Amino acid sequence: MAGIWVVGETNPDGSLARIGAELATLGRSLGEAASIEVTGVVVAPEPAGAASEMARYLPRVVAVPEPAAAEHAWSQVAAQRIAEVVDRAGPTLILTGAGPDGRDVAGTLMALLGGGALVNATAVAWNDGASVEMNVFGGKLVTTSTFVEGAGARIVTVRPNVVTAEPAPAAGAVETVAPSGDLELPLVRVVDRVEEASAAAPIEEARVIVAGGRGVGGPEGFDLVKQIADRLGGAVGATRAAVDSGWIPYAQQIGQTGKIVKPRLYLALGISGAIQHKVGMQTSETIVAVNRDPDAPIAEFADLLVIGDLFEVGKALLAELERR
Amino acid sequence: MPLRIVVLTKPVPDPAAAAERLGPDDRLDRSASPAVINGNDEYVLEAALKLVEAHGGEVTLLTMAPAAAPETMRKGLAMGAQRGVHVTDPALAGSDAWSTAQVLAAALRELEYDLVLAGFDTSDGVGGVVGPAVATLLKLPYLSSAARIEPDPAARTVRVRRISATGFDLLEAPMPALIVGTQLLGEPRYPSLKGIMGARSKEIVTRSLADLGLDPAAVGGAASMTAVIAKRTPPPRGAARIVRGPAAESAKVIVAFLSERKLI
Repeated sequence: MAGIWVVGETNPDGSLARIGAELATLGRSLGEAASIEVTGVVVAPEPAGAASEMARYLPRVVAVPEPAAAEHAWSQVAAQRIAEVVDRAGPTLILTGAGPDGRDVAGTLMALLGGGALVNATAVAWNDGASVEMNVFGGKLVTTSTFVEGAGARIVTVRPNVVTAEPAPAAGAVETVAPSGDLELPLVRVVDRVEEASAAAPIEEARVIVAGGRGVGGPEGFDLVKQIADRLGGAVGATRAAVDSGWIPYAQQIGQTGKIVKPRLYLALGISGAIQHKVGMQTSETIVAVNRDPDAPIAEFADLLVIGDLFEVGKALLAELERR
Repeated sequence: MPLRIVVLTKPVPDPAAAAERLGPDDRLDRSASPAVINGNDEYVLEAALKLVEAHGGEVTLLTMAPAAAPETMRKGLAMGAQRGVHVTDPALAGSDAWSTAQVLAAALRELEYDLVLAGFDTSDGVGGVVGPAVATLLKLPYLSSAARIEPDPAARTVRVRRISATGFDLLEAPMPALIVGTQLLGEPRYPSLKGIMGARSKEIVTRSLADLGLDPAAVGGAASMTAVIAKRTPPPRGAARIVRGPAAESAKVIVAFLSERKLI
């Protein structure tokens, strides 16, 4: 094995994304188990800050300053620079996030390096090679997969919250590597970056999610959902029905065509638990539901189901939480 | 100026049937569930149909799937796509993402197009890595997480709103380009009766690996880079504890429960 590489995604302000710290922690533990060198890699216009943050978790981080990443879509630019720096002397394990940027960079690397990919890992262990656990078929089955002999690049996209980021006892070194050679893939220009007031905390990373469904009834109803989420220090999620009705942005949608989440607590308000929503949240550690209908499908996979009006119970819950 | 659009589609086990399972070879057992067009593919197909309605042109469906795929491709044709290309070969059973990307890229090399559209991910694989890999193999500009697609056929460019963590990025690239779209592109239409009737006579071209000049040992199950070594069914969640009563009492129960589990 030639090495383990961890892709450090950055936030819009240039700092290390949380998934980058989690993957660095995961990579470090795999490297220790395998006695293999682990290296972080950050490709950004100004990678120094994120790279030194990443070095809190890893013995070595390569920072690649790439001006093209400032005004162009990140994944293809980054993948080309990552492909340049990874050691190709032997099979290489590369960890990326499973979010939109992570999967884009993973797919591009797969094509550039010619290799296998395992996606949406919920656990990665070392057992004479990476062994990757995945939840498939909407959580009905847990599989463990490995890469076959002959797989050169071995790319794993990892879900958020699979490990808790923990700094190493001693910080590692940052090595700056200037980009070499031209970028061969076509660049996609970013004409404008538009911020929308409605943007909220990313739900994939949240430890607590309070989600509303059709039963919430309208955008005003989501005010209560938000208040409870704020009180619990969590993010707001929603079903597709609520998103389609325009009550809440698509970024908050959980389920088959939305996000897959695994928070410690999922509080479902007015959500029946249809299969399309269930596949996005059923691996949450604890599920509490409030629903009028005792026969709703969510009764089959919630830990606690309160039968009642979500507004009455929600307001009472808020009062009770405030009293504590 | 007319647009030629190829939409990548995949038949998947109907998620609503919730009957997906692996066969004895650890591959998806396709006999266990009825097949439907992958849900996320329908959003990009809808976007493609709207674009050719506005600009003129035609939509081709490209599918790599077992022999029965034309049954699900008919729905896409009934929605309004003009034709289908079906890549099928016994050697393709058990293809991984890398293999799939190579086969789709080879099939696209035979077609003429301005845009290739793909869904955000598939409901059976959920990886979302095939789209960027196909773009990379064909050296096409790659625009992802699209909420809106606005081509300018005269200028030979396309603009895409890519959803970002804080809003959206407005991307621009020359055509031809490959775009991965999201549900925000808009609700897919239902096929009309006329569309369903018309779909029966639309052409679905079948291509084998030999037709595409690909070696069956280099792609498909024989070349898969990954293998399942273990599987288990997660323990079922215990039946929910059910609480009824006045809201104030229920709220107390919730708080006690959360506190018990150290969640507050």
